[in-house]
Amino acid sequence: MDAIQIDRVSKAFAGTQAVNDVSLTVKKGELFGLIGPDGAGKTTLFKILVTLLRPDQGKAQVNGMDVVGDFRKLRPLIGYMPGRFSLYPDLSVEENLSFFATVFGTTIAANYELIRDIYVQLEPFKNRRAGALSGGMKQKLALCCALIHKPDVLFLDEPTTGVDAVSRKEFWDMLHRLNERGLTILVSTPYMDEAGQCDRIALMQTGQILAVDTPAGVENLFQKPLFAVKARETYRLIQDLRAAPFTETCYAFGEYLHLTSLPSVTAEIIRDYLIQKYHEAVEIKPIKAGIEDSFMALMQHHGEGSQHG
Amino acid sequence: MEKAVSTDKLTKRFGDFVATNEITFDVAQGEIFGFLGANGAGKTTAIRMLCGLLRPSSGSATIAGFDVYRQTEQIKQVIGYMSQRFSLYEDLTVRENIRFYGGIYGLPKAELRRKSDEIIQQLDLGGVADKLVASLPLGWKQRLAFSVALVHDPRIVFLDEPTGGVDPITRRQFWDMIYEAASRGTTIFVTTHYMDEAEYCNRVSIMVDGRIKALDTPAAMKQSFGVDSMDGVFQILARGTSTK
Repeated sequence: MDAIQIDRVSKAFAGTQAVNDVSLTVKKGELFGLIGPDGAGKTTLFKILVTLLRPDQGKAQVNGMDVVGDFRKLRPLIGYMPGRFSLYPDLSVEENLSFFATVFGTTIAANYELIRDIYVQLEPFKNRRAGALSGGMKQKLALCCALIHKPDVLFLDEPTTGVDAVSRKEFWDMLHRLNERGLTILVSTPYMDEAGQCDRIALMQTGQILAVDTPAGVENLFQKPLFAVKARETYRLIQDLRAAPFTETCYAFGEYLHLTSLPSVTAEIIRDYLIQKYHEAVEIKPIKAGIEDSFMALMQHHGEGSQHG
Repeated sequence: MEKAVSTDKLTKRFGDFVATNEITFDVAQGEIFGFLGANGAGKTTAIRMLCGLLRPSSGSATIAGFDVYRQTEQIKQVIGYMSQRFSLYEDLTVRENIRFYGGIYGLPKAELRRKSDEIIQQLDLGGVADKLVASLPLGWKQRLAFSVALVHDPRIVFLDEPTGGVDPITRRQFWDMIYEAASRGTTIFVTTHYMDEAEYCNRVSIMVDGRIKALDTPAAMKQSFGVDSMDGVFQILARGTSTK
């Protein structure tokens, strides 16, 4: 039995198709990532899976139970950390945790083992009001509250949004440790660089799934020639490369620009073109696509993105 | 040329807590300056002082030559500000938002009309100019918010995590706009959690526990820390200090 099974699920709000005919399977014990920007439909899909919203069409099962028909039996088996901070700000750290434990008919002591690593960092502040915690601490407390009834499947909706790069890395380390204990985790994020942390990922955009694969598999979906290009004047370089006859797309990627070219274009052709335009310190190398390259190519393939232009 | 930002030992204390601790740096006119740091490192406090919204405890700073203690009203005229969370009125139309912000900055009527048409045309929003901002996709809103932050031709614009949550193509289109504004001489002061965006800046500072721990070009910073990405630099500097 799979941990999560989604079969042609759709959900619309006031004319907006938030989730559009989505099918997806998450295996038991997987750390599965839902990758996509705001408005992709990630949160709506989460709410359907944790029995807070009914789908307009389609069926979904978690741990073999239907999210509509079996919602009462299902709720104790899942943990859910919503994207917005949703603990009680006027209760202390400890009171929040014990509240959630009690609601699920258990105690902090009974399942302490599962949250120990995370909760020890919070314990010095256990009498502080949850509303007065820093962002990173709130996030850790919310994770503890989602875990305290020892769920089989954990749903984390954008746990790292707005969190700095160091704290994000720590959070993923925590997820890996939980996953190693056998917990199935479905996590969403708008940060493409986090996709590589997952066993498998689904790329989502405007309610649809663009691709489902391992991170390496998604990278391999990118089939066109790709070059990393750099020169002294970045802004002029982007403009010149976009105007070049051999260019399909050209986007900034950190220190380099990523240039997707027509077939049979070589680094020499690109270099000659740039030297004619008086670019200095030109550096060009063929590279392998990353997840973000694939995502952008898939977005364009689906006719998105370009309309934003 | 006059500096867009110049600070000397700028400090803000809240009781015993030193949120911003003797930060000293300059930003040149037309520069894209990345202001990085972990959550809670003191970035927001520093930005509020630079915008003339929060009186420093000690030290000095000027924005486009204006003093952050005595000339806060002049500062507000020469800066633009855009945050991820709130910049536009969702219940006003595209055109009304532009007119509202232009009006606040005292743009004359004719100028306001010209600016509105220019922004709507540049962003290709002609078809939705009289639609409520709430109905626009996030990426469009963010690009409109940026244009609105520039409506009064500020010398410097502060961008507080401007690209959070947008798709990768829109994120890059947003940076195209930043480059274009900088090439016209506007100084860009930007915070972000995307480390690839740190690479797009001319220079970057990294704040840790209220202090500026490093300030240089991305290339020089990577070299001095012996790593190949800004994420690497950030992980070294900010590790173990960010979670409190």
